[in-house]
Amino acid sequence: MRLSAAALGAAFGLATAVSIAAPAAAQSTWRPSKPVEFVVSSGPGGGTDTFARTVQSIIAKYELLPVSVIVSNKGGGSGAEGFVYGRLAERDPHKLIFGTNNEWLLPLVAKVAWKPSDLTPVAAMAFDEFAIWVKADSPYKTAAEYVAALRAGQPAEFRMGGSQSKDTDEILARMVERAIGIRFTYVPFRGGAEVGVQLAGGHIHSNVNNPSESIGGWRGGQVRPVCIFAPQRLPATAPVRDGVGWGDIPTCAEQGINITEYRMPRTVFLPPRVPENVAAYYAEVMKKVFDTPEWKEFTERTLQTARFLGAEEMRALMTKEEAASRALFQDLGWLVN
Amino acid sequence: MENLEALMHGFSVAISFQHIALMIGGVLLGILVGVLPGLGAPNGVTLLLPLTFSMDPVSAIILLTSTYWGALFGGSTTSILFNIPGEPSSVATTFDGHPMARQGKATEALTTAFLSAGFGAFVGIVVITLLSGFVTSFALRFAPPEYFAVYFLAFASFVAFGGGAPMKTVVSIVTGFALATVGMDIVSGGMRLTFDMPELIRGVSFLVVVIGLFGIGELLLTMEDSLEFKPVATTLSPKRVLAAACALPRHWVALARSATVGIWMGITPGGPTAASFMSYGLARRFSRNGANFGRGEPEGVVSPETADHAAGTAAMLPMLALGIPGSATAAVMLGGLMIWGLNPGPMLFIEQRDFVWGMIASMYLSNIVAVVLVLATVPLFAAILRLPFTIVAPLIVVVCTISAWSVASAGFDLWLMLVFGLVGWGMKKLDYPIAPLVLAMVIGDKAEDAFRQSMIISHGSFGVFWSNPLVGGIATLGLALLLWPVVSMVLRKMRRAA
Repeated sequence: MRLSAAALGAAFGLATAVSIAAPAAAQSTWRPSKPVEFVVSSGPGGGTDTFARTVQSIIAKYELLPVSVIVSNKGGGSGAEGFVYGRLAERDPHKLIFGTNNEWLLPLVAKVAWKPSDLTPVAAMAFDEFAIWVKADSPYKTAAEYVAALRAGQPAEFRMGGSQSKDTDEILARMVERAIGIRFTYVPFRGGAEVGVQLAGGHIHSNVNNPSESIGGWRGGQVRPVCIFAPQRLPATAPVRDGVGWGDIPTCAEQGINITEYRMPRTVFLPPRVPENVAAYYAEVMKKVFDTPEWKEFTERTLQTARFLGAEEMRALMTKEEAASRALFQDLGWLVN
Repeated sequence: MENLEALMHGFSVAISFQHIALMIGGVLLGILVGVLPGLGAPNGVTLLLPLTFSMDPVSAIILLTSTYWGALFGGSTTSILFNIPGEPSSVATTFDGHPMARQGKATEALTTAFLSAGFGAFVGIVVITLLSGFVTSFALRFAPPEYFAVYFLAFASFVAFGGGAPMKTVVSIVTGFALATVGMDIVSGGMRLTFDMPELIRGVSFLVVVIGLFGIGELLLTMEDSLEFKPVATTLSPKRVLAAACALPRHWVALARSATVGIWMGITPGGPTAASFMSYGLARRFSRNGANFGRGEPEGVVSPETADHAAGTAAMLPMLALGIPGSATAAVMLGGLMIWGLNPGPMLFIEQRDFVWGMIASMYLSNIVAVVLVLATVPLFAAILRLPFTIVAPLIVVVCTISAWSVASAGFDLWLMLVFGLVGWGMKKLDYPIAPLVLAMVIGDKAEDAFRQSMIISHGSFGVFWSNPLVGGIATLGLALLLWPVVSMVLRKMRRAA
């Protein structure tokens, strides 16, 4: 459940997908010759862990790799452990690193032993959404009412929780502060589940959990979402609680919080300097995983947006997000590199 | 009564040939990974996870939880035999379990440990069964100040009643806290005490430190004592197992107290490891045999084991109802839940009755299976101690090394283990207590997070720890326990002066 990464999803809408020069390379016949290690940059049970293990289960079911897969969790330091491990495994074609956009955002805010451009991008396979959640019996029916209450009251007494510090949740919280021009109190916790429970217990006033992190609480009548950080409403779903489904939740922009997009990609990397045909091989495997009904079912169930980015598109996303984040982090005084 | 009905329904789900077979298999595998320190429950459960992808959720959770129980039981074995805790939560079992084994009472120590563990687990499950609704709403009342108060209470109740020179205890505690801060700090998002070494990013592993301090340290001490190691003469007979079992009810006070502590720590976010330390600390203070603690007192085995298992089982409830993992193993199981297509949350109890109550029913059965199976292994494990030291010592080194390696598959950890082996030896020689260091490492970072979160919430006011009866009560109790030795010392002096 731990959400180990940072997202500046404003960069999500890439204007044009750069065409990939991969197909020619992919035809050369490289194949893994020993078990492939899936390095998960989060602890067991986290969102990235579920992502990697779902990919593993689909690969096993359709026999998409000729060798077996070993999953190892290296989630220390918000995922830094996994990326450093990948960086040190230079040229090793039998290691895949699973992460989020923390691969390129973490080096901006913490002194770590890799640069975003070190690892070889393979694919991004899904994008996780964010919502503003309040307690189910909160007096604020809508996000607009909540912002109005913030304006009217003592903003410092309003607590928004999130997982970790200088990470996805806090970045979004700070962006919300900027969008509405009010500073409230941000409280960092260990992971999304814990933040969800703190909200259900009424110890914080709101959080920005991913839909999958709090849907259990919504169904159980503990918390409810008031707006979603997407350019348009999510596709309609069956009612979750009291006749309200995901499609009925307004976007945050509709509610006067002007952040049109914020999403966290689920990414796959290879160590530095692996041959191009190796990267192309794994990209093809990941595309096959992406095209299965199981992947569709997984993303729908966890309310992530299924969208596939190849290596080139990923590089473009990384460059764009890094530039945007750099500006924001500079402003917040977080920048260390 | 509604819950009892649901439980009966659960039994009808859980009792099938396939499920019982899964329980036995899971428990056996769990005992195996539990006996090998470091491999431990989280790794064992993680290894099994891919197997469960093709199972139905009830079978899958039965397999995983059975492995977990097996590992918890197995973890006590090496604690007692070799002073190497197989699981973080069995550290406190070494304090009296290992001395018992060295006195030739390994059979008694193992039997006592397993039976009290079984008792603790049983009480934990009964509480889950009867109070499921209440426990969930109670757990929701815990905000950062309450979390901090719970850790503080656990800490105070263990440290305040420890023996040894106060200043040496302080040194030990501070070292433990310092080790706990290494790595990424979640409140500030910065790296602390990593010295730009990539190996230190993930922090100093608690298990590696413990394996070094206890396993290697103990070995060094033994070698220094005398190289001609006398194998412990024990007679092995099932009768001694039975005799030890019959002696257990004598410790009913300790059993009841420890089960209460365990359930408290399982429902609140304290967790099994802190529970076992707290229970041991309280037992040392309140037991009639308190003076014998640390020298092979059976109650020193009963207390941590009962609390550990009571907490381990009770923690399953917040996990299912709220999605909070109470331990590393629970986190893996939660991940499994998501992959099987279940969302942890209050609705799980209503929408997935088969799953939830099938699992709870299976906990009754698999703990009985586990107790029977581990008791059967007692003579076998106790026999290991009859081997000569020249065979056992290298074996211990191998086990320690494999264990330290399997924590994170890092060569760096092996050096850490050796360094802490020397540290452990030095601390023993100079009479520094090791236990406070271990406890400070276990709860240090969590307590720190909770404290700083509380300070963010209260804008720096300590009043937050007395802001409602719940947190105020826990915090006051913790302070009282911490100050007890000081107050009683002052009182004694005054009485003497008068």
